[in-house]
Amino acid sequence: MKEHLIFVGKHAVRMLLLLFCVSAVAFTLVSISPIDPLQANVGQAALGSMSQEQIAKLQAYWGVGEPPVERFFAWAGDFFRGDMGVSLLYRQPVAKVIGVKLHNSLWLMAIAWTLSGLAGFLLGVLAGLREGSILDKIIKGYSLLIASTPAFWLALVLLMIFAVWLKVLPIGLSVPIGVEAAGVTILDRIRHAILPAVTLSITGIANITLHTREKMIEIMESDYVLFARARGESTWNIVKNHALRNVLLPAVTLQFASISEIFGGSVLIEQVFSYPGLGQAAVTAGLGSDVPLLLGITVISAAFVFGGNLIANLLYGVIDPRIRRGGARA
Amino acid sequence: MKEKKVILDIRDFSVSFEQYEKGFSKTGLPVIRNLDVTVHEGEMVAVVGSSGSGKSLLAHGILGILPYNATMGGELMFDGEPLTRKRQKALRGNEIVLVPQSVAFLDPLMKIGPQIRKGKKDRASREKLNRIFRGYHLKEEVQNLYPFELSGGMNRRVLVSTALMGNPKLVIADEPTPGLHMDMVRRVMSHFRELADQGAGVLLITHDLEQALEVADRVVVFYAGTTVEDAAASDFGSEETLRHPYSRALWRALPQNGFQFIQGVQPYVKDLPSGCPFGPRCEFCTESCKAAVPYRQVRGGRVRCVMAGREKGAEEMLQSAKEPSARLAAAGKHHTGAAERRCAPEPLVAGHEADHDKKMRSAV
Repeated sequence: MKEHLIFVGKHAVRMLLLLFCVSAVAFTLVSISPIDPLQANVGQAALGSMSQEQIAKLQAYWGVGEPPVERFFAWAGDFFRGDMGVSLLYRQPVAKVIGVKLHNSLWLMAIAWTLSGLAGFLLGVLAGLREGSILDKIIKGYSLLIASTPAFWLALVLLMIFAVWLKVLPIGLSVPIGVEAAGVTILDRIRHAILPAVTLSITGIANITLHTREKMIEIMESDYVLFARARGESTWNIVKNHALRNVLLPAVTLQFASISEIFGGSVLIEQVFSYPGLGQAAVTAGLGSDVPLLLGITVISAAFVFGGNLIANLLYGVIDPRIRRGGARA
Repeated sequence: MKEKKVILDIRDFSVSFEQYEKGFSKTGLPVIRNLDVTVHEGEMVAVVGSSGSGKSLLAHGILGILPYNATMGGELMFDGEPLTRKRQKALRGNEIVLVPQSVAFLDPLMKIGPQIRKGKKDRASREKLNRIFRGYHLKEEVQNLYPFELSGGMNRRVLVSTALMGNPKLVIADEPTPGLHMDMVRRVMSHFRELADQGAGVLLITHDLEQALEVADRVVVFYAGTTVEDAAASDFGSEETLRHPYSRALWRALPQNGFQFIQGVQPYVKDLPSGCPFGPRCEFCTESCKAAVPYRQVRGGRVRCVMAGREKGAEEMLQSAKEPSARLAAAGKHHTGAAERRCAPEPLVAGHEADHDKKMRSAV
């Protein structure tokens, strides 16, 4: 019991430190960025027609001129007390904005994450099992090609094919244009999520496939597979009894570590598809100097990624008997 | 001697690996060239050779689990019938079983019990495993352990247990006692002796001649991909009863026989001399050793040496074997003298006491 408490405490401290550092870095980056919040959000023309008083009011609203360190600690203090502040662009509490955007993004990312995990694992196992075969060459070639293709470019290509030429899928957004919020069906939402989710999955698959393949090859060349073959086990039996068991461990770690990649990829892809998710909100907040929103999103994303890695760590201990039982004995 | 059925008969067995040189031309790398072994029912035969002589490939060849870039040649007979790929596939794990070196050959993530049963859960295999475990004084709880949880003592018994899940007629033990204490070695060897006494043929592949002599009925000496001698274990009682100069060198390298070594190292596959592979290190090497050397019967055993069994050569060998100084002189004399004996590139020197431990390795 005491061990568990220490474990939890250690990781909690680590997470707090991480979140603090990440938000500090993000804040520093925003405050040294050359974007003038007034010009970016009000516009040069409107700014010119305003009185000095009005401009001063706006400057106070956007926090221009205040010392950055003070601003950061004011924000951090509030955040620690549970107040994430008010988004300057949306004029709504940051927590609420993130809630809405995360809701949109989360299932997009969940689909992509699951799809790329399953497909990547399957393709990797197949390729590794038949190393050097035509199947392996196709899978490997595909993965290498996709791994070296920028996600946004792939998104544009898919957009052109399916939305512009074939016209089977919507060109962007998460709901149809000109329809009341109440009139949007779940089918509409799914149709709008297909392209971004597929793009995100395709890019995610490559990485997982290549890693799984590599591990699979290593396993098939291992002494224990050789011995299993010497004992007359069929290839299917070897895959079922030994290969899957052993390849699953690294795959699980990889899968949870890939959360960060899915998060990163979603920023670009939501931008291409004008999908109103967390990624797009992050871009808008960054370009519009909406510091509270940007920091809020940064902290939430960092927490997600940290959580993913933590889960991978914990699962490793649960799945791998060498850690589970070995650790308990030591 | 009573006639026993031949279980395994391997003639002129060879294994070569395909290699790409400079990316384009394919070359064959003949790791095993001429290997001949017979194993009878209830007999324990040891194949003894130094590391890197290709011994493990023999085991893999018999089981049909050589890597894809390896090609096999020669004649393999099992239980009176040719051992085809199809038969290998059907028999391995059942009538032909392998006992590996260590628990590294077990899946680290599968519990011992299910692993030995190959994942089978039926009553019959459960009961069979329980019976085998009882025979080796292994508790039933051991079946619930993972390989990393086994103690050193349990390791070997668990590995031998894997062999008994089938109905083995031939047990191949590949280097089953690496780095073990002599007491432990004896205990492991006694398990294999038991299997042989129950009627299975046991093929023990090892680099440890001493160990092999303790339990084996016959010893096949293997050098640089070739079997040079097939002798009864009792022939190793004295140097005179051995037939091949390499076997004799091995005998002299045993601790109780003076720990003597010979110069040089076993040649790499690509640098093999023509004819007898031991030629360049042999003090009796003649021109005729450079041609193909037949494997022939000599005094109840078999040997691949031109000199063995011939009156003059044998006498000379005996003479020099008895007197190390005489051998030295003989080697020197041959070197300057008889035009015949010119295939040894450097003079061979008999045992020095200094740093013989290190050189033992190259000798054996």
